Amino acid sequence: MKLRTVGYFIKQASLSLFRNMWMSLAAMGSVTVSMFILGAFLLLALNINYIATSVQSNVQVAVFFQVDTPRQEVINTQKKIEAMSQVTEVKLVPKEEGLKQISQQFGGEQELLEATGGINPLPDYLLVKVDNPETIEDVAITVGTLPWVEKVNYGQEIIDKLFAVARWLRWLGAGIILLLGFGALFLIMITIRLTVFSRQREINIMKYVGATDWFIRWPFILEGLMLGLIGSSIAALMVYFGYNMILNKIGTAVTFVPLIFDEVLILRCALTLVAGGALVGALGSILSIRRFLRV
Amino acid sequence: MSFIQFFNVYKSYNSSKVTALYNISLKIEKGEFVFLVGPSGAGKTTFIKLLFREEVPNKGQIIIDGCSITRLKRKEIPLLRRNMGIVFQDFRLLPGRTVYENVAFALQVLEMSDKEIKPRVEKALDRVGLSSRARMFPHQLSGGEQQRTAIARAIVNNPQLLIADEPTGNLDPATSKEIMELLQEINHLGTTVIMATHAADIVNSLRKRVIVLQNGRLVRDDPEGGYGYET
Repeated sequence: MKLRTVGYFIKQASLSLFRNMWMSLAAMGSVTVSMFILGAFLLLALNINYIATSVQSNVQVAVFFQVDTPRQEVINTQKKIEAMSQVTEVKLVPKEEGLKQISQQFGGEQELLEATGGINPLPDYLLVKVDNPETIEDVAITVGTLPWVEKVNYGQEIIDKLFAVARWLRWLGAGIILLLGFGALFLIMITIRLTVFSRQREINIMKYVGATDWFIRWPFILEGLMLGLIGSSIAALMVYFGYNMILNKIGTAVTFVPLIFDEVLILRCALTLVAGGALVGALGSILSIRRFLRV
Repeated sequence: MSFIQFFNVYKSYNSSKVTALYNISLKIEKGEFVFLVGPSGAGKTTFIKLLFREEVPNKGQIIIDGCSITRLKRKEIPLLRRNMGIVFQDFRLLPGRTVYENVAFALQVLEMSDKEIKPRVEKALDRVGLSSRARMFPHQLSGGEQQRTAIARAIVNNPQLLIADEPTGNLDPATSKEIMELLQEINHLGTTVIMATHAADIVNSLRKRVIVLQNGRLVRDDPEGGYGYET
C-alpha cells in the first residue's frame, strides 16, 4: 500500500465522520461511556487489591498464652518461634504491659484491677512478624499447636474479605463492560453501515473500475477505528485526571487508606482504555462491512 | 484464439425459475463492434454482467483474452475489470465531484499518483470532447455530456474492452448519434466494443455485428445485421 493511498483513506474516513456527524457523536459517546466505566472499575479493583496487599504485608500473628502460663514457658516458646525460618521478629508483650495499654485506653489501672479482684486477667502474648504474607497461615497453625498457647489471631479474615471484594468487583466490572461494550460495538456498526449505504454508488463505481476489496474496505475500517480512538481517548483523559483529582482530595485527607500513586500504572490503565476503544471501533466496522461489501 | 469466447454458458438466478441465459456459445474477436439486442428480459444485462464477472455462469466457460473468468478468485476480479471499461444507461457519476474528478477517480483507486493521473485524464476528456467542462459538476451538464464523462472514465485506463449497457437509453436521438460516433471512434482505435441496446435505428444505420437474444437463447448472430429480432 502506498503512502498517498493511506492519505486518501484517512481523508475519506474523516470526511464521512463529519458527514454523519450526529451518528458519529453517538457512537463516540457510547465508546467514551463504556471505556470510562471500564477505567473506573479497573482502578477501583486495582486499589482494593493494593489495599488488601498492603494490609496483608503489615499483618502480624498474635499468640495468646493461657493466663496462668509461667513467664519462663512464654520465653521458651518465644525462642522456638524465633527459630522458625519464616519468622522475622517476635515481640513479647507481658500481661503487665497489656494492662497498661488497656488502662491507657479506658482509664484507671487501679479500678480495673479492683474490678477483677486484684488479679491481672490478661494473658501474656507474642507478636510475630513473618517474611512473606503468604506463609502467615502456616506459621499461625504451627504456633497454635505449641504447649501453653491458648489462641492464635491473625487478620486473614479481613484480608480474605478485601480480596473477595476485589474479585467480585472485577466480575461485576467485566459484566457491565461486556454489556456496554456490545452497545458501543453496535452503535459503531450502525454508523459504519450508514456510511456504507450513503456511499453505495461510489463503492459500486470503485468495483467497476477495478478497485480491490481492501482498497474499498480500508476507509470504513479507519472510520470505525477513529470513532473508537477518539471516544476512548476522551474516556482515558477523564479517568486519568479524575483519578488524580481523587488522589489530591481524598488521598491526602484520608491518609490511613493506602491508594495507588503509581503514575506509570495509571498511564498504563489509560492506554488500555484507548487500545480497548480502538479494538471495539475496528471490530465494529469490520463486522459491519463484511456483509455489505459483496458484489 | 478469439478475444472473448462463450462455451455453452447457462445462467439462472435463484430468485426466478426462468433461465436467464440458455446454452450460449459465441466468439468475439479483438477490435470488433458488437450490438447485443433483444426484448427486455431476453438476457442482455445478464450477458453483460457475466462479462465483467458480476455474475458467474451456472454451467459453461467464459474465456477473455485467454483467461477463464469463471474460475477467477475473488482477489483477481479487480484485475479483470481494470482491463475493461463499463458504461451504463444511468451514467453512474459521482454527484459531488467535477467531471475531471469523476474521471480521475478511476485511476485514483488504482493507486496512481496525481502526476500519472493528470495527463491521462486530460487525454480522455479531450477524446470525448469535454476538456472545457472539466471543472463542472454532473448536474451542470446535459445528458449527453454526462454520458461522455462516463465514457471518458471508462476509457481513461486504455482498456481493451468497452462494455456499454444501453448507453443511449436516456438520451434524445441527436445526442445518441453523437455518443455512437464517439463509441465508433474508440472502436477504430482498437478497443473492442460490446453494446446492449434497444435502439433499432442505431443498429440499423451502423450495420455492425448483431447478436440477438430472446428468452435467454441466442437466436441470431449476424456479421452485418439489422435490428429485427421478431422473426
